[in-house]
Amino acid sequence: MAITLDVNGKPLTVEAAGDTPLLWVLRDELGLTGTKYGCGIAQCGACTVLADGAPIRSCLTPVSALGSAKITTIEGLGGDHPLQQAWVALDVPQCGYCQSGQIMSAAALLEQSPKPTDEEIDGAMAGNICRCGAYQRIHAAIKVASGQAPADASPQTDA
Amino acid sequence: MNAPVFRRAASAGEGVSRRQLIITATAVGGALMVGCSPTDLLAAGAEGETGPFGAFVKIAPDGAVTLVCKHIEFGQGTHAGLAAIVAEELDADWSKVAWEHAPANAKLYANGGLGAQLTGGSTAINNSWDQLRQAGAAARAMFVQAAANRWNVPAGEITVKDSVVSHAASGQSADFAALLADAANVTPPAEPTLKDPAQFTLIGTDRVRRKDSLAKSTGQTRFTMDVQAETLLVAMVAHPPRFGAKVASFDATAAKAVPGVVEVYEIPTGVAVVAETTWAAKQGRDVLTVTWDEAKAETRSSADIAERFRDLAAGSAALEKGEEWQGFETKGEVAAQADGQALEVAYDFPYLAHATMEPMNCVAQVDGNKAKLTFASQGPTLDQLNVAKIVANLPGAIEIETLPAGGSFGRRANFQSDFVVECVQIARKVGGNRPVKLVWTREDDMAAGYYRPLVHHRVRVTTDTDGYPNTWTHRIVTQSIMKGAPFGGGGVDETAVEGAKGSPYLKATPHVDAQLLTPDAGVPVLWWRSVGATHTAYVMEHTIEQLARRAGQDPVAYRRALYEKAGAKRHLAVLDLAADKAGWGEPAPEGWTRGVAVHESFGSVVAQVAEVKMENGEPKVGRVVTAIDCGTAISPNQIAAQMEGGTCYGLSAALYGQVTLTEGRVDQTNFDTYRVLRHNEAPQVETYIVAQPAGTHPTGVGEPGTPVIGPAVANALLALTGEAITAQPFVKV
Repeated sequence: MAITLDVNGKPLTVEAAGDTPLLWVLRDELGLTGTKYGCGIAQCGACTVLADGAPIRSCLTPVSALGSAKITTIEGLGGDHPLQQAWVALDVPQCGYCQSGQIMSAAALLEQSPKPTDEEIDGAMAGNICRCGAYQRIHAAIKVASGQAPADASPQTDA
Repeated sequence: MNAPVFRRAASAGEGVSRRQLIITATAVGGALMVGCSPTDLLAAGAEGETGPFGAFVKIAPDGAVTLVCKHIEFGQGTHAGLAAIVAEELDADWSKVAWEHAPANAKLYANGGLGAQLTGGSTAINNSWDQLRQAGAAARAMFVQAAANRWNVPAGEITVKDSVVSHAASGQSADFAALLADAANVTPPAEPTLKDPAQFTLIGTDRVRRKDSLAKSTGQTRFTMDVQAETLLVAMVAHPPRFGAKVASFDATAAKAVPGVVEVYEIPTGVAVVAETTWAAKQGRDVLTVTWDEAKAETRSSADIAERFRDLAAGSAALEKGEEWQGFETKGEVAAQADGQALEVAYDFPYLAHATMEPMNCVAQVDGNKAKLTFASQGPTLDQLNVAKIVANLPGAIEIETLPAGGSFGRRANFQSDFVVECVQIARKVGGNRPVKLVWTREDDMAAGYYRPLVHHRVRVTTDTDGYPNTWTHRIVTQSIMKGAPFGGGGVDETAVEGAKGSPYLKATPHVDAQLLTPDAGVPVLWWRSVGATHTAYVMEHTIEQLARRAGQDPVAYRRALYEKAGAKRHLAVLDLAADKAGWGEPAPEGWTRGVAVHESFGSVVAQVAEVKMENGEPKVGRVVTAIDCGTAISPNQIAAQMEGGTCYGLSAALYGQVTLTEGRVDQTNFDTYRVLRHNEAPQVETYIVAQPAGTHPTGVGEPGTPVIGPAVANALLALTGEAITAQPFVKV
């Protein structure tokens, strides 16, 4: 069936069965491969996108359930979002595969709470797994992006 | 990860330090002495041509410098360190230096320590150090000579800075772009003059940062999963539920009825569904009906395997045919000395999945005997060898474009090239050079094996009147990782004993009897970030902690005394640095208990002091002070990143990690049943690097941060509760 989605501010029509998860429509039909597959059961957060500003796991969301929701993917953040700037400044990514999902979860958090506490960051980010273990820098970068720490806050120290 | 058994490249002997040789010996599983296939054979069919600046340096018409990176980037930041080595010697403008993965070509890009193109054993920087310094210095000399010729001035008076070549006396200068055509025609010096390391301006500074952070923060990095093409097909495979089982029969009727499914094939590893999209492939695979022939399948439970390993170590189970104890450290007279008060302790470690964020996948296209692969190849030479056998071609003729990997931790390189071969088998059925992307779901990935082996240790230590070890009896029982190596074999599997073997604690013990037994099991096993150290570091450090407590000594002071006996100066240095920075000797913050551990792996030594408390019945780790001696530090920022990440990886395993089997079936399927460390559980790691004399050879960084945190936390919990922890994971599901 033809389904029209609002993705990153653009109406896009795709041919897909209604039960197809949004993830595979974004990736295979629309070529938006920044959103990743990690687990398929909403356990790892790699597929996180925003629906009307709220974080959703696109791997378990059928396209038919989206209605007129405005979808934002990593490609829709623009590249110079404060989170993306902080991610680069602190060299957060290692393998990088989970980072689109991490950044989208963080973006949703900052929409809700522009200056999140450590506990709020822990709560909002606990659903996003990073096997490289970049958590410490993810946490620090959210503090930087929300203006609670200086951008040059390099996490490592020397003897 | 560790590495397979290849002969060292002939050139690698030059300038190789004793420490490097130890790493190499460790990395190849002690098989150095075995006559193996030379690199030339591995590279048969490969092109040997390079550009004017050699195999590792490309310079564009605008003067931009690109490092051709022979090692895969899978998170460890190796591209930045390697590029910095070239940029330092070339005096290139670091801000404009780029990098790209090298093609598969063992002739040009073999790992100098391993003799094959392969990333592993934390050797990337270590084995490239001399090679890339020379590559950068040679290119610099070519620009200097080109300028000297053009300006008719002595080359010795010319300086280079930030990609600009200058002659102060005549006031002339030109950038790399302006001199490129001339420089490319200069004959490269056979032995370029290297910089005095004391004059380095880039290496070791905070300017050496990753080059891929922006692409990875904007979703633009192209992983294997992201490969798309007009004609690309996606394949998923139904694998048998038990290791060693095979397809008996299958019914593809329902699968073929799924819209988008193109074809269903039987392949050696199962039944493949090939479709136009990922979702169609998955839906088709889900409705396949397959009957399995389990005549040769492993049907034991992991609990049965663990019980047998325990009985073997205790001497209460009989050895089967082919099983034989092998000594790996023997000295003195343990039997004559082993009377008296003894500490006896046994440890159990489960199978572990690597659980990379990007599950295993591969893109292959096959046309007759030609094969092209586009994927995250960790061991291109291994993959070429295995693919060449299928398409009947020379290994060097197999084309591989290496993409960044969404993590590996060792998983993407194995002797069978398991998922690569599976993809090629399907692409061969499809034929016509049509690209096929093999996608494994998380469930496929977790159940596919190649785990960190299940391991059992049994230790008995008697002490002298001062409480230091007098006799040390050690038994390790585990499956051999190196057994599947294409060359060599025999002897002790070093990957099973590294870290116990060579331990300063054994050096400081007069009487030692340490032996290894490697029974077979039907579960595929593999190196897993820090390999043998994943268990040996824990056993040695937690045992020493128990001995220190029995001796009534401070754990840091007790270790210091043993390191002094053993002459382990690097251990002493990292221990002292970590203890100092952590405030050891002063009370821990209210509610927290400190634990310390030290371990050498991959040529580097790491000490950690962890602050731990119990929270909701589970250990919570807070501040972790880390000190590392990794030789010359090229990128302090990325060394810190690897200590942070390595600590999380090790902590995840120690607290939660385990793969179990029930009657041969893997119990864990996904992140809901294979628990991993999450954001709110992550520690705060501080990294301190032991200062080195200029020019010290760099050593490993990717793995040495992983094995130390487990024992550091266990040692804190021992101080807190008085109880030793003899099994991982600490937290039971």
